[in-house]
Amino acid sequence: MSKVTIKELNLFYGKFQALHNINLPILKNEITAFIGPSGCGKSTLIKSLNRMNDLVEGCTISGEVKMDDENIYAKECNINLLRKRVGMVFQQPNPFPMSIYDNIAYGPRTHGIKNKQIVDELVEKSLRKAAIWEEVKDDLKKNALSLSGGQQQRICIARALAVDPEVLLMDEPTSALDPISTAKIEELVIGLKKDYTLVIVTHNMQQASRISDKTAFFLNGKIIEYDETRKIFTNPKKQETEDYISGRFG
Amino acid sequence: MNAKKIDKIAVGFLYAMAGVIVLILFSLLAFILWRGIPQISWEFLTTPSKSFQTGGGIVIQLFNSFYLLILTMLISTPLSLGAAIYLSEYAKKNLLTDFIRTIIEVLSSLPSVVVGLFGFLVFVLQWGLGFSILSGAMALTLFNLPLLTRTIEDSLRAIPLTQREAGLALGLSRWETVNLVILPAALPGILTGMILAAGRIFGEAAALIYTAGQSAPALDFTNWNPLSISSPLNVMRPA
Repeated sequence: MSKVTIKELNLFYGKFQALHNINLPILKNEITAFIGPSGCGKSTLIKSLNRMNDLVEGCTISGEVKMDDENIYAKECNINLLRKRVGMVFQQPNPFPMSIYDNIAYGPRTHGIKNKQIVDELVEKSLRKAAIWEEVKDDLKKNALSLSGGQQQRICIARALAVDPEVLLMDEPTSALDPISTAKIEELVIGLKKDYTLVIVTHNMQQASRISDKTAFFLNGKIIEYDETRKIFTNPKKQETEDYISGRFG
Repeated sequence: MNAKKIDKIAVGFLYAMAGVIVLILFSLLAFILWRGIPQISWEFLTTPSKSFQTGGGIVIQLFNSFYLLILTMLISTPLSLGAAIYLSEYAKKNLLTDFIRTIIEVLSSLPSVVVGLFGFLVFVLQWGLGFSILSGAMALTLFNLPLLTRTIEDSLRAIPLTQREAGLALGLSRWETVNLVILPAALPGILTGMILAAGRIFGEAAALIYTAGQSAPALDFTNWNPLSISSPLNVMRPA
């Protein structure tokens, strides 16, 4: 079943067209990976799924992105509510400069949950889901910035999960991390798909093949090929896809 | 001459320049402390000055300086904070906002005598506030606004874009992100800016001659009715 459906999406930065007529389903409780060389539009597309592109001046969009049955680019769409439903994890871990506990509690508190006991439970649940509870449970008061990069990234995942999203977008979440932290995050991401729909942008093709169910290959703002990950990596239909995954360019 | 030798000479030259500056500042400071410290006593700080004889203290001048400082900061901090938040978080980059920034730059280089004369014409005469603490505080606000706005804007801008993205991606609104994420993170920078501004206000004299007046009435430190002319709290009295 399709959780998010992208239909005839065109996106311009000023006069430059960054995305050309994108049509793509994102299936529920699956991991969809976006791969492709730098500047091919995959980060742009993932950011248009929670309307983070609104922050970019001169960015204009046509076409539609439907979440369940609601067009998120419709005028009446509440962007803050949308971003609550579609969480995001960024390339650089970006915890707030405050304690681990406050980082996680931040979203729920701002969205109106004041009861301390409920917040406590949410914090623990989110940290457990992000596979970092055991490492930090004894010093939740510690500043999140004092953790290692991999731990910070898992704190950011926990923070995104704490507001109870339905979709989780990850924009190259492991490109700033060492291999051991990367492995932990990959394992965690696979575990998350039973509760969430995930989209991950990655430069690491092994990563895409290890964790994703579907893969979309991007080139110059177009989707060249979209299929099951296994097929893309073993038997791609297009020559460009084969050239890219076999490392001939990019 | 080889590069190594030139390097040594350059380093020596830079050390000498730095040394000269340190020496000048240090000797000035030493002179002031050496001549000044023996004169400071509790009595000097807590008695009013005397008009026709030697002796007396500086309690009124000291009180007025602090009072002006507090009033000025009370007026200018909310204004600067608002303007800075607008400029760094909301303003689109276009001709108008570039123009506003240029105006702020120009204002920040105004000589304080000019600010004082402007305050004299507008606050003292036009608005009929007379020589008063309030006129002085408003003139100092004019003097202080551009730089305070600049420093607050700079400390807001220094917060990385990723923090804003993190806030927005959690579903916080723009205002919640500014208010709950950016401002707390920028607080140390904002405080530094306010302290520097306070130092500039405290040391300002020229702008006050024309606005706050040159002599204070005899103050009665037991009279806390802000409407009485001899009350230290009265903002309409000269200082």
